[in-house]
Order: sequence, then C-alpha cells, then structure tokens
Amino acid sequence: MPIQYYIYFCLALFSIGIIGVLTRKNAIIVFMCVELMLNAVNLLLVAFSKMHHGAALAGNPATTVGIDGQLFVFFIMVVAAAEVSVGLAIIVMMYRNTHSVDINFLNRLKN
Amino acid sequence: MNTIQVLFFFLSVLAIFSAIMVLVSKNPVHSVLWLITVFFAISGHYILLNAQFLAIVNLIVYAGAIMVLFLFVIMLMNLNADTAPRKNLWMKLAGVISGGCFLMVLVSLVRQTVELTGKTVMMKEGNIGLIRNLGKALFTDFVIPFEISSVLFLSAMVGAVVIGKKD
Repeated sequence: MPIQYYIYFCLALFSIGIIGVLTRKNAIIVFMCVELMLNAVNLLLVAFSKMHHGAALAGNPATTVGIDGQLFVFFIMVVAAAEVSVGLAIIVMMYRNTHSVDINFLNRLKN
Repeated sequence: MNTIQVLFFFLSVLAIFSAIMVLVSKNPVHSVLWLITVFFAISGHYILLNAQFLAIVNLIVYAGAIMVLFLFVIMLMNLNADTAPRKNLWMKLAGVISGGCFLMVLVSLVRQTVELTGKTVMMKEGNIGLIRNLGKALFTDFVIPFEISSVLFLSAMVGAVVIGKKD
C-alpha cells in the first residue's frame, strides 16, 4: 500500500477534526474533535514506522528499525488519557459555574 | 484488488464517514457513539499494519476508557438539544473553508513531494508491532519516559480530583 494513501486518509481525518474545532460550539464536541486529530496523527506515525521498517528489513532481517514510532504512539495515548481526565474535569467545573458547555460563554477569564 | 486493499478502503471510508457524522450530529451522545466507530476503524487499520499491541491498546484506552468518560460527563450534564443557542452560519462556513484550505495545501504538498514517491507501507508483515518487541524496547531504551509517565498520571489524577471537587 503506498504511503500516500495513508497520508491522504490521515489528512482528511485531521481536517475533519480541525473543522469540528472551528465550527462546533459545544465544548465536549470540540474536545472530541481534538481526540480525533490525535488519532489521525497516531495512525500516520504507525504507517511511517512500518514504511521505514519495511525498507530496512531488506538489508537486515532482524532489525527493529521503526519501533520508536510505535512507542511514540503508545506515549501519545498515555498523555491523551491524562489530558482527557483533566479536560473533562475542567468542563464539568465550567458547567457547574455557567450551567452551559457553550464555548461562547468562555470568552473572558474574569468571573 | 486484493483483500488488504479492499479492507483498507472500507476502513478508510468508514472512518471518514463516522468522523463527519461526529460533526453533524445534534445529540452529543450520538457524536460519542460515532467517535467510537472511528476508533474501531482506526484499530482495524492498526491490525492491517500488524501493530497488534497498539490496536488492542487503542480499543481499551480510547474506545473503552476515554469514550466512557465522555459519556459519563455528557449524561451527568443532562444537556438537551433545544437549549443550544442560535449558531452563526457564516462562522460555520468560515470554519469549513479554512479547514478545506488546510487540507488542500497539505494534499498538494504531499503530491509534489519527491521523497515519498515509490515508498510503500509494509502490510500484515513485520514483527515490530508485537508486544514482545515493543515491551523489550519499552523497558530498555524507553524506561525513563515510561517511569515519568507514571508521575504524569499521578499529577493528572490529583489535578482532576482537585478541579472537580466542589468547594
């Protein structure tokens, strides 16, 4: 499978995430679109890691070139899990203060 | 067209359609369910790439834990759709146009790149995605970031409790 297909697919997912962040008003949906963008990048990292591994495998059958990309994806997932817990706590606190999750009510830091 | 290509295009179309449905759904619960479909499709892509550990971790962490957290928060808030304020159509259009411009610029960039021509991704072969090799690399070369991530989790846990606490 050519690498361009994966790049186009991940770009489409990433752009859908960007459009969601720019257009939706619900803070939870905006947050979900950020998760979508993270997943698009994860898939692209794995695809590139397999690309380099496939290229290096021809010279050395026991190589582990490209394993860094997959570990990077693992760490991105770790950080995303931590980020989601804190972010959802912030959204819950915002809902408790303003009784809404509309991001238009967040245009000022005061009050 | 062999089986892998058919699976690739099926999973891609499924993921993109579900991602669009995440955006256009009025009900946030439906958005969460469509996003779970996206994560399943991406896990299918990981399996196609023989990254088995990441496929399972993606299912467990994203579709299992994070999305359930989103569902809990949405159900905790009792949002109904008619309380949503009037949306500005021009702002929506501007967002779609800017996102489309971003997509167009990057696609044309990829099309012109000489370094990427002829490169192929190795499908369903290669053993770097197996848990044996990943674990070996994780506990030898990447053991310091692995331990630091535990501190990150502890701080995120403390932060979530402190922020969510009613004072």
